[in-house]
Amino acid sequence: MRKIAYREALKEALREEMRRDSRVFLLGEDIGRYWGGAFKVTKGLAEEFGDERVRDTPISESAIIGAAVGAAITGMRPVAEIMFGDLTALAMDQIANQAAKIRYMFGGQAKCPIVVRTPFGAGVNIAAHHSQSLEAWFMHVPGLYVAAPSTPYDAKGLLKTAIRSDNPVVFCEHKLLYPLEGEVPEEEYTIPFGVADVKREGKDVTVVATLFMVHKALNAAEKLEEEGISVEVVDPRTLTPLDKQAIIKSVKKTGRIVIVTEDCRTAGVSAEIAAVVAEEAIDYLDAPIKRVAEPDTPIPFSPPLEQYVIPDEKAIIKAVKEVV
Amino acid sequence: MTLNLPKDKLVEMYRKMLEIRFFEEKVFELYAQNLVPGTIHLYAGEEAVAVGVCSNLRRDDYITSTHRGHGHCIAKGADLKRTMAEILGKKTGYCKGKGGSMHIADFSIGMLGATAVVGAGIPIAVGAGLSIKLRHTDQVAACFFGDGASNQGTFHEGINMASIWKLPVLFICENNLYAMGTRQSIAMAIENVADRAAAYGIPGVVVDGNDVLTVYEAARKAVERARKGEGPTLIECKTYRHKGHSRIDPAKYRPKEEVEAWLAKDPIKRFKEKLLHANILGETEIQQIEKEVLGKIEEAVKFAMESPLPSPEEALEDVYA
Repeated sequence: MRKIAYREALKEALREEMRRDSRVFLLGEDIGRYWGGAFKVTKGLAEEFGDERVRDTPISESAIIGAAVGAAITGMRPVAEIMFGDLTALAMDQIANQAAKIRYMFGGQAKCPIVVRTPFGAGVNIAAHHSQSLEAWFMHVPGLYVAAPSTPYDAKGLLKTAIRSDNPVVFCEHKLLYPLEGEVPEEEYTIPFGVADVKREGKDVTVVATLFMVHKALNAAEKLEEEGISVEVVDPRTLTPLDKQAIIKSVKKTGRIVIVTEDCRTAGVSAEIAAVVAEEAIDYLDAPIKRVAEPDTPIPFSPPLEQYVIPDEKAIIKAVKEVV
Repeated sequence: MTLNLPKDKLVEMYRKMLEIRFFEEKVFELYAQNLVPGTIHLYAGEEAVAVGVCSNLRRDDYITSTHRGHGHCIAKGADLKRTMAEILGKKTGYCKGKGGSMHIADFSIGMLGATAVVGAGIPIAVGAGLSIKLRHTDQVAACFFGDGASNQGTFHEGINMASIWKLPVLFICENNLYAMGTRQSIAMAIENVADRAAAYGIPGVVVDGNDVLTVYEAARKAVERARKGEGPTLIECKTYRHKGHSRIDPAKYRPKEEVEAWLAKDPIKRFKEKLLHANILGETEIQQIEKEVLGKIEEAVKFAMESPLPSPEEALEDVYA
């Protein structure tokens, strides 16, 4: 099968959905023909679809999402890009109070089919305002779906599903994943929300990992295999809805779980997954639940500081060894 | 402002204003009897704004509304029964009891809902305008908000966006002089919110928000401009709420003389006098209209009172489509 980069897979999803459905349009800062998006995901799309449907906006995050909401509830299917995940804070009212609640508080009258694409994640020395992993913020808001693809295949299939969804979707990307290549079929496919993917089968320990951490977990699993420890890596792919059954099924098999996410430990994605296992699968556990996550600090700038707070393979290997 | 509109139109506008006034008086009365859960923000006193603007709109045009939204709903043509039922938290209400007084919507008439986050409806109306432009229709979107909202970032971001893209949006500022209890002079250094339009290169007009015909005329021009694809307009309507901010507010921060001066400028009283003076309506007809409107309100109350409450477990429905 052909291999393409994560950013190309996202672009293919956007292109295919824009060709399929004239209601789909893109808006965001510098996504148009001059820049093509800060991470080049939309490069070339303005040339094909025009400036009306690939719309450069002022630096107005709140109005970008608000405009997407207004367009969505009147029949369009906007895909908004927020240049860095950290900047969703500027649009949080429109995401969490408006997009997420419009259907519910108006008694089911409206649909709000918006997609908010945004990159999270640290590792490129751009410090505290461009590096956070805030996926858990959105998991805490009923009415939103939260997608978090780790591979080009998942990125394309999930983005197409997100665009076709009648619900608001926060589509979490990771800036280190954009150049990553992987197999993506030429033919059309979508991936349903709420279905986890076992990225590697194993029998001794379940590692649930998200976004870039999936790849670190897979590398760690490779090394642990050499030491005779068989690790199963489960990628939830969407955080809302969360495929609890896939996680529980794996825990039943292995009896041990390590949860690896890049966000802060307290009240993070890993906390929710740990709670699910504690509530619904504790009888199958042979060891305490372990979490590998960022310490509760902002992301620092200087390389040694930044590397210190991002979970790495060593931390994953250590945690796995502590539970076997 | 001359009464150069057809009689039917003028009578319909008067009737709508009266519907809003009597509706709000009834809500206040029901509230006093402890029949309204939560809080209420009454529109009484500001009727000329909603009616003056919405009388220019078609059914397929859009509006966005605020926490003080009953008047906008009624002016856009919402059903009084379902509006009242929603305020009482009933299953038959517009939002099946999930929204209440601050979140009424009727998507079938282009009423895109009331948001209770001050200023949040502004970019949403801009988005409706963008949708109109992308769908190539000649609809317009009117966005109601208060003087307080004009200090939010969403006001500036939204108007700028509508301006650069020439979107068919009417920004209707209902300046009732107070953002909750904060006087306008404490919150901004200018006298007219409409002056801010200059910063975004769009027309900004100040009108007497208690004169329905003046509001109508300003909105008519703005709608015409919007439908022609010439872009948005900011209309500031100077008006006054008869009651406090919400149910708990006796509005003691408003000087007595100020309140009296504004009550003397009651938009319904003024419009009625004009209609009588111009012999468009006679006393008998006025009384007849009042009677009919009161009857409609009583019907709405009866419907709402007799309607069932939602089943508790319905709280779990409508989260996702």
